[in-house]
Amino acid sequence: MTATPQTREHRQTEFEDNDQTPVGFGRMLRKEDPRLIRGRGRFVDDVQLPGMLHLAILRAPVAHARIVSIDISAAQAHPKVKLVVTGAMLAEKGLAWMPTLSNDVQAVLATDKVRFQGQEVAFVVAEDRYSARDALELIDVEYDDLAPVIDARKALDPSMPVIRDDLEGKTDNHIFDWETGDAEATEAAFARADVVVTEDIVYPRVHPAPMETAAAVADYDRVDGKLTLWSTSQAPHAHRTLYAIVAGLPEHKIRVIAPDIGGGFGGKVPIYPGYVCAIVGSLLVGKPVKWAEDRSENLTSGSFARDYIMRGEIAATKDGRILAIRTNVLADHGAFNGQAAPSKYPVGFFGVFTGSYDIEAAYAKVTAVYTNKAPGGVAYACSFRITEAVHLVERLVTSLALEMGIDQAELRLRNFIRPEQFPYETKTGWVYDSGDYEATMRESMRIAGYDELLAEREEKRARGELMGVGVSFFTEAVGAGPRKNMDILGLGMADGCELRIHPTGKAVVRLSVKTQGQGHETTFAQIVSEEIGIPPADIEVVHGDTDNTPFGLGTYGSRSTPVSGAAAALVARKVRDKAQLIASSMLEVSVADLEWTKGAFQVKGDPSSSVTIQDIAMRAHGAGDLPEGMEGALEAQICYNPENLTYPNGAYICVVDVDKGTGEVRVRRFIAVDDCGTRINPMIIEGQVHGGLVDGLGMALMEFIEFDEFGNCLGGSLMDYLIPTALECPDWETGHTVTPSPHHPIGAKGVGESATVGSPPAIVNAVVDALHPLGIRNIDMPMTPSRVWDAIQGRPRPPV
Amino acid sequence: MVSIRLTVDNVERTAEVEPRTLLVHALREQLGKVGTVVGCDTSNCGACTVLLDGESVKSCSVLAVQADGSTVDTVQGLAQPDGTLHPIQQAFHEHHGLQCGYCTPGMLMRAVCLLSENPTPTEEEVRHGMEGNMCRCTGYQGIVDAVMAASQAMSDSYGANQSSIAEPAGVAS
Repeated sequence: MTATPQTREHRQTEFEDNDQTPVGFGRMLRKEDPRLIRGRGRFVDDVQLPGMLHLAILRAPVAHARIVSIDISAAQAHPKVKLVVTGAMLAEKGLAWMPTLSNDVQAVLATDKVRFQGQEVAFVVAEDRYSARDALELIDVEYDDLAPVIDARKALDPSMPVIRDDLEGKTDNHIFDWETGDAEATEAAFARADVVVTEDIVYPRVHPAPMETAAAVADYDRVDGKLTLWSTSQAPHAHRTLYAIVAGLPEHKIRVIAPDIGGGFGGKVPIYPGYVCAIVGSLLVGKPVKWAEDRSENLTSGSFARDYIMRGEIAATKDGRILAIRTNVLADHGAFNGQAAPSKYPVGFFGVFTGSYDIEAAYAKVTAVYTNKAPGGVAYACSFRITEAVHLVERLVTSLALEMGIDQAELRLRNFIRPEQFPYETKTGWVYDSGDYEATMRESMRIAGYDELLAEREEKRARGELMGVGVSFFTEAVGAGPRKNMDILGLGMADGCELRIHPTGKAVVRLSVKTQGQGHETTFAQIVSEEIGIPPADIEVVHGDTDNTPFGLGTYGSRSTPVSGAAAALVARKVRDKAQLIASSMLEVSVADLEWTKGAFQVKGDPSSSVTIQDIAMRAHGAGDLPEGMEGALEAQICYNPENLTYPNGAYICVVDVDKGTGEVRVRRFIAVDDCGTRINPMIIEGQVHGGLVDGLGMALMEFIEFDEFGNCLGGSLMDYLIPTALECPDWETGHTVTPSPHHPIGAKGVGESATVGSPPAIVNAVVDALHPLGIRNIDMPMTPSRVWDAIQGRPRPPV
Repeated sequence: MVSIRLTVDNVERTAEVEPRTLLVHALREQLGKVGTVVGCDTSNCGACTVLLDGESVKSCSVLAVQADGSTVDTVQGLAQPDGTLHPIQQAFHEHHGLQCGYCTPGMLMRAVCLLSENPTPTEEEVRHGMEGNMCRCTGYQGIVDAVMAASQAMSDSYGANQSSIAEPAGVAS
């Protein structure tokens, strides 16, 4: 299995509208676009229901304090206020705390203490959005300040206050220790290494910050006892189950509808207190209640990402053979362990930190701690902590390359896992499915004009200019996952899919996953089209409404194509098998005499004797005879349990210029070559990659959720939390190779998070490369002009 | 409460608003124009961009009373009554200039204004001209391609510099 390089014709203006081609894969314009370009999308905050009320949340102004008293009388007296609820009132109903996705608990509304600035303390339901916010000003809370725990490095110091004194017997801020690999074998490899490089690498706290913030409309019907919840949910089915468990409502009486979602990026996987408050509000008032958070609420209380403080070590022989990688990590989880990860994976898939290299030994230890900050950790296209894993290994390999005077690409080429080694088991127990890393790397170098870039860099260096070329090669692990070891709060990570062919040959496919802009309405129609021969335009993709879609775990971790995409292909094949039986009776030949011609079964060697899938659909619903014992209709449902993850990979090259006088980093070129196996829709993949690259550029250069010593969040608005605009982005240069996943029904791997995972280390490596002549070995993200300038002045700032 | 009268997507509308009501909320919650969305609370993101008397403004930073007597154009008035898309809408579709679609209404309205000011911008001018509109999905390249393509299409077709046209009567908007 080797990769075949194929490069996009840059600035392709021609497009092939294959709506009517009964062959699914290829560039196809999106079925979602017509409504979205007309302002006819339907987002949660667009939902207007008769009698609908508005909910607003009072949030903690301080990071750590005991709640002495809450006076809600003035707010209750406001003429437009219907309801004011505090934590104490929720506690009476057993709803003050809710389980998190990591088997911790999180306060819905604070009862005893507030544990981070921005934490939910009370909520108001009022007649309109403005009055609800007015009433928040009328609530008087008296706090008794406690010392906050802000620096994770000090969280385990015995002098620190215990944040989670709500937990039975808790006497410190320790959450867990986790380790993987073989410490002794790694020690031995380090002992006989010629070169060892150690680097402190911080992946700062950032935030997915989707353009649409979290929102919900809860509508509890007291007559039939049914709760309908429109919400910004990436996992509507899992949310429904959790609401049933948390609120004690019967699950068949809960309908979660995730309508159009304005971006998720992992920020809409957890259940936020705001959703629960909206449900409680509607239960208590008996009317629909809308909650839509502001951007500042989103940034200060919604799921953060990263915040891993990593000490990495890499060992090599003198000829550049990497022997081993070792790391010790301190993970800041905030006040509640709300990390969204499979239950048995407290550090997500960080275990893939050995990257794309065939090494002898590896070991990692991760210690997680509580601090007085918002919960989260797994979000922002991290594929369950693979952002951190890839950043660590790719920074280490470049540090080693610079230390040894070996070119960054060359060092990687020497150490790649070779194509014939797949399926490859890593030293931490992950089985990579397929890859041709050298072909992917060389394609990226070809597009970049790598040798010319190096020559240009030398010329500029000779003139005293700071140009850098950075390389990152990543292996992703996406498509969680095999249910024998992967579950979210006990729910196995499999996904259902249902396909119905109507009598007239049109089709409806129902998914358990939930797009937030990734184009599922288009690509899933293409998958089904490819398998069943019905044009994509004739296939409706239904998703997001738990009442009319099969159960499954939702969209995150680039899992839609690996899991649900597989389900869509297999359910189509199941329908096709039945169609073949019907065709054999229609054509009066045995099944063995039929061949499939993408849209029809024909008698082998006789193209004139054939029946189309549309003919078969009508027969399946019609009055004619069906084969003995066969039921009517033409439909099927399956639940797909993946046997393994998929392991897409990519080779990224970044070119930067650093302004010596200002410290400004300019990403001049960025070349991204991705290999996600079979490509369902190249246009959509490219858009996914572009979007991931802008995430990476943002994190590398400007995005940062910072706190002061008192625990005040300094990144709580778009004034401070800087998101790249069109001005900061270069013209992305993309390419691809194709190494199919051998275990996936259509050979497709996930790709949505690849660029976010792979690009930050490429950018940091480029900046470190640019600054290397000045003796600078490492610089932490975000590489803001002031941080870079300080480093250039020989005053590197401590890690964030 | 204050009574205001304004022309929204070529239709005369009136609304009763508080002096503090933001234009974006008046559009969304009183005039049914939910195509225009809110993405931030500090005037940074541009998702709420509409045309106010032909100029692109962030409607989260304009009071509804300030729009009294004005003409407001939203994304919902861009297509022609027969459904024909404005060239900028067509270009966003063809160049994959949107994913989740949340920034799209603001992007489209800003692009309309940009192209009315500068019908043949360079790519650099497009990036500068769209700087007030944030997108988390596309990495901007599809958007830049779309604006360039729309510029081409609009200068190619005589008289294609369309002002906004109201949606057909009877279509809820």
